[in-house]
Amino acid sequence: MANIKDIVAERFSQASVEEGEIMMFDIPSEKVHEFAQFLRDEKELAFDYLVTIVGMDWGERLGCIYYLTSTEHKTHVAFKTSVEGREHPAIPSISDLWAIAGIFEREVYDFFGIIFLNNPDMRRLFLSVDWVGYPLRKDYDMNDKANEVSIENERQTDDTYEYTMKDGKIVKTEHAVFKPEDFVVNIGPQHPATHGVLRFRTAVDGETIKKIDVYMGYIHRGVEKLCETLAYPQTLHFMDRLDYFSAHNYHHGLCLCIEKAANIEVPLRAQYIRVIMDELSRIASHCLFIGTFCMDLGATTMLFYTLRVREQILDIMEKTCGARMTFNYDCIGGVMADLDPDFVKDVKDLLATLPANIKEYNKLFTGNVITKNRMIGVGHLSRKDAISWSVTGPSGRASGWACDVRKTDPYSIYPELDFEQVVMTEGDSYARFKCRVAEIEQSAHIIEQIIDKIPEGDYCAKVPKVLKLPEGRWFQLVEGCRGVFGIYIESDGSTKPYRLKIAPPCLPLAAVVDHITEGQKIADLITIGGSLDYIVPDIDR
Amino acid sequence: MFDFSIITEWLNNLLNSFLPGWLTTTIECVLIGVGLLLVYALLALFYIYYERKLCAAFQCRLGPDRVGPWGLLQSFADMFKMLIKELISLNHVDKFLFALAPYLVIIASMLAFAVLPWGNGLQIIDFNIGIFFLIAVSSIGVLGILLAGWSSNNKFTLIGALRSGAQMVSYELSVGLSVLTMVVFAGSMSIGDIVQAQDHLWFLFSGHIPAIIAFIIYLIAGTAETNRGPFDLPEAESELTAGYHTEYSGIHFGFFYLAEYLNLFIVSGTAALLFLGGWMPFHIPGWESFNHIMDYIPGVIWFIGKAIALSFVIIWFKWTYPRLRIDQLLSLEWKYLLPINLFNLVLMVLIVVYGIHL
Repeated sequence: MANIKDIVAERFSQASVEEGEIMMFDIPSEKVHEFAQFLRDEKELAFDYLVTIVGMDWGERLGCIYYLTSTEHKTHVAFKTSVEGREHPAIPSISDLWAIAGIFEREVYDFFGIIFLNNPDMRRLFLSVDWVGYPLRKDYDMNDKANEVSIENERQTDDTYEYTMKDGKIVKTEHAVFKPEDFVVNIGPQHPATHGVLRFRTAVDGETIKKIDVYMGYIHRGVEKLCETLAYPQTLHFMDRLDYFSAHNYHHGLCLCIEKAANIEVPLRAQYIRVIMDELSRIASHCLFIGTFCMDLGATTMLFYTLRVREQILDIMEKTCGARMTFNYDCIGGVMADLDPDFVKDVKDLLATLPANIKEYNKLFTGNVITKNRMIGVGHLSRKDAISWSVTGPSGRASGWACDVRKTDPYSIYPELDFEQVVMTEGDSYARFKCRVAEIEQSAHIIEQIIDKIPEGDYCAKVPKVLKLPEGRWFQLVEGCRGVFGIYIESDGSTKPYRLKIAPPCLPLAAVVDHITEGQKIADLITIGGSLDYIVPDIDR
Repeated sequence: MFDFSIITEWLNNLLNSFLPGWLTTTIECVLIGVGLLLVYALLALFYIYYERKLCAAFQCRLGPDRVGPWGLLQSFADMFKMLIKELISLNHVDKFLFALAPYLVIIASMLAFAVLPWGNGLQIIDFNIGIFFLIAVSSIGVLGILLAGWSSNNKFTLIGALRSGAQMVSYELSVGLSVLTMVVFAGSMSIGDIVQAQDHLWFLFSGHIPAIIAFIIYLIAGTAETNRGPFDLPEAESELTAGYHTEYSGIHFGFFYLAEYLNLFIVSGTAALLFLGGWMPFHIPGWESFNHIMDYIPGVIWFIGKAIALSFVIIWFKWTYPRLRIDQLLSLEWKYLLPINLFNLVLMVLIVVYGIHL
């Protein structure tokens, strides 16, 4: 860590350092682009993966925190910047350095009204074009009169906006999203293949896709804003409702972050239970992926074969958690309730049936000629692009990027477990599909190791009734079923988070669609969308 | 085999004996029309039930089992629902073409249905270009699909219709060529003659390798002709919601739905007639007593049984394979099926010319 500090200090003397679990530099806003480029391109640093951009409202100043990771050195760094004035705060964009930064900056703009100079697309990301105010600012007017529900058709814009600095003034220019002669097909928001309420405005030339404009925010619920008004244990419930298939994993992530901040020791039994639940969710989620993906390709029958396994897992979870979705099982300090007496037996039954099922999937679908024709070489994403677009999870690993948080930044009891990180190099839809099938086997392998070793003891630590976190900021990554899930908490010492930022894996997954579908067929859009496996509530939050 | 023409002749003579000629013809036409429509509708209802049950079996489900015993009345309930549903009128469509399209589709399928031979003498018309007529009228359907897609004023339906056009025109070739192969073998285009020629042995067995190749190609192309999976691109639900009939409701949608199932029957019926001897019982040369027992089963049952068995295969395709992509679909036809088919036709001609068949 000291090394990073020295290298940076050599070039940027004005950067002040804040030591913590992740080293954070404070950069004046005009130096942001230069600094980010330095972090990315300097050989010894090589911070090539932009985890997230956290927009912040510190009262006096508005600003951003950028979290970066080096895929080569496995190190983390963060830097923050802030600007004065609430009228037209402007920060230079880094969208030319990381492809995904453009989308992250749009999100910050949407919530905080911070303009990113030179970002070619400064539209709102989730909220509608005529939304008044920037909701995550602390002085936002919550009055519902300000933004009444419109009974008109959906308002939308056909232009993107770019802000540039000219002679000390901010100049706004408009660019049309599509050319006038483009044949634009609306795929979504209500469409069977978008897996939720997501909209692709697709310019096509015959069956060939020219450009896609992803339109998000149809189920934006303002989870981050809601969390700021709730006590820490209450914020947990929202994690079930983001990526509802990785409910356990997301809960785990937020719990870890809060426990880290509050210095709570989690009993070993609870840690085992959490890991088993995480892996069970992963199996269930990947099974559902296989099913729905095959259905997208027209092989409806596979859905029922994979749901059979998922159903079995949901039964197991229902016995212990009392729910089949939105489990709300992990809580601060451990888990809500002890395991059901049948749990171990049921899980073993599941593990016994899994290999036969996977064999059947491969026999029926994976080896099929049509399947291979539809998937091999379709939607190729290179390793470099995967990192630049922050495409994590199985989709990133299929492109050859070993990005599994369970291995790179192990948490809970994962360091003691023996499992392999499935990494493939092809980067096409077929690799993404096979990667998930292989991950089911790995998850089963993890559960096999620990199912008989769940230690006796408490399932939840003693946690104060009113939980206050000390002042500070914490960042936690966990591996969701679809990729890296990040939680950022900033506390002002009260019972409620000052800022709780969720960095979901699915936002980059949806954002990258335009990049990898160009020149492919409409049917390939469905294949690619299916193989990326995004969950819309996770994108929109 | 029992000859149904005895009954039809008798009825004709009976009517003629006390009615003027023009009235007899009118009454016969009406009777045939009503009978045809009835069989058409009942078969469609059966097929809907049949496919749902089969699909359920493939997917480890039970399928419809609530309405009536074993869910037998489910399709009737569905039909009544379809009949009483509102026809939603849309604002920005070409109203005439929009309304015309479903009728074109269903008329095409009814016309093709009309020339199928159900049994010995149980056929509406047997003329010397019967099989040619069947191919010709079944191609009218694509016109209806194109019109439906175009007149709906919707981008999804338009893409669906254009896909359908490309697909139908391409696969029509394969269907035509494999039918032609069998016509060469039978030496006649009359459906009656083709069936009669399979008296001793079905063409699939007597036609050597070319017949088997033609049969396989016909099944593939026929599946594509009926827009069924894995060739269901025109209505690929995960891409185009419902393809060309997205905007249709009520009975107009019902027409597309019925026609789709009946086309399935027509395709398998035609396959049965060309390759599996139509209404001819299963005969093995030399096994006289076995052949005699087979003759006891009525021809109607043979024909419908064969058609349903072939439909089973086509339904099996649909519920097993994923869908092809449009370019893969077209390259399959133009790069593989068509050359194989042309070669196959030459092979068949050689076999017929040199008389090396059973």
